[in-house]
Amino acid sequence: MKLNERSLAFYATCDSPADNAGFLYKRGERHTAYHRRWFVLKGNMLFYFEERESREPVGVIVLEGCNVELCDSAEEFAFAIRFGGAKSRTYVLAAESQAAMESWVKSLSRASFDYMRLVVRELEKQLEEMRWGLAAGCGGCQGQPGSWKPKPLGPEQSPERLPALPASLPKENGCAVWNNVPGIQRPPDTSGCDGQDSEGHPQLPPLPLRRKASGSEPGGAGAAAPQGPSTFCQLHERYGREVTRLRQHWQDRRRGPRP
Amino acid sequence: MRYNERELLCLARQPAEKAAEILMRVPKKGSVLKKRLVKLVVNFLFYFRTDEAEPIGALLLEHCRITKEEENVFSISFIEEPERKYCFECASEEQCQEWVEALKRASYEFMRRTLIFYRNEIQKMTGKDPLEQFGISEEARFQLGTHKQ
Repeated sequence: MKLNERSLAFYATCDSPADNAGFLYKRGERHTAYHRRWFVLKGNMLFYFEERESREPVGVIVLEGCNVELCDSAEEFAFAIRFGGAKSRTYVLAAESQAAMESWVKSLSRASFDYMRLVVRELEKQLEEMRWGLAAGCGGCQGQPGSWKPKPLGPEQSPERLPALPASLPKENGCAVWNNVPGIQRPPDTSGCDGQDSEGHPQLPPLPLRRKASGSEPGGAGAAAPQGPSTFCQLHERYGREVTRLRQHWQDRRRGPRP
Repeated sequence: MRYNERELLCLARQPAEKAAEILMRVPKKGSVLKKRLVKLVVNFLFYFRTDEAEPIGALLLEHCRITKEEENVFSISFIEEPERKYCFECASEEQCQEWVEALKRASYEFMRRTLIFYRNEIQKMTGKDPLEQFGISEEARFQLGTHKQ
């Protein structure tokens, strides 16, 4: 199967922020010797390089559908990336410290697109419920919205027992719910999918039907109840500027202290 | 570049966000439009010969540009090589628009930005960070301007 390798390599090495990066020992497939490699986690892709300065990754592990576990190994601080399926390979990795191991296990466990989507849906649901509450004139929902109660999740005790999101969210075959949210405009930067229409400005998707039907009583207490596309856009515009500013700040900080 | 092909093939068999038979042309000299089964699963676009179970190829949809071209046509290109375009000719303008919208939202990076946006909105409205209850508010991937370690 062909893969857009050049684009993958670019994604791996460009200066978009990594979700984790560091040296790990990777056990070979056939020979059990460990090789030290520089690993970079971006999104649901775990790239590995021969050296930190290498221009191109040696390989990539697509993390979708994996399980991350601690494992018994002669090697200290070892953990495994396992996939379902009879002939699937298990990737055995080892960190250089307990802290590094925990950090990697945590970030890899949550690296899947599916996980991110679950979190987005939850937040979207919360936001919806809050806005419905406001639109119906509840006078502002301070604290937790309506009927949704968070599952009592304790703080993380150990890497193997990561807190799970409410497990009852259905997996949809069709368009994911989050796809229907209107007005999600990207902040004006060059990375990411920022295609535009032929006139050169981003198109606003229409509001979904249910929002129009919700009635438009203004919310109370100064909270921004959406009364139409313009309010949401304004919010997003403002937010977009904030993102750009923070991004700039991050980039400046990166450049700043280096000799 | 090595990659875990078995798992990617498995992913290609998962339920799709969107799937359709579309005419597709790859950015290779002399290539022509061919009918393909095109399937969007998470941030990958798989494309199959219409009668085969295994995809010919997969495109990771990160740092890409989705462009509406002429009628019924859209293209995917990647920001490091914007002239190299994968072209898709749909059966209708409506189908074309649907795919453009879906693909623009398909990247992990887009979803991350959406999450951060929602997080901030909820925080502004309630004064609370909604990620705290999941114990993930400190995760690097949910921060703006994530630092490189």
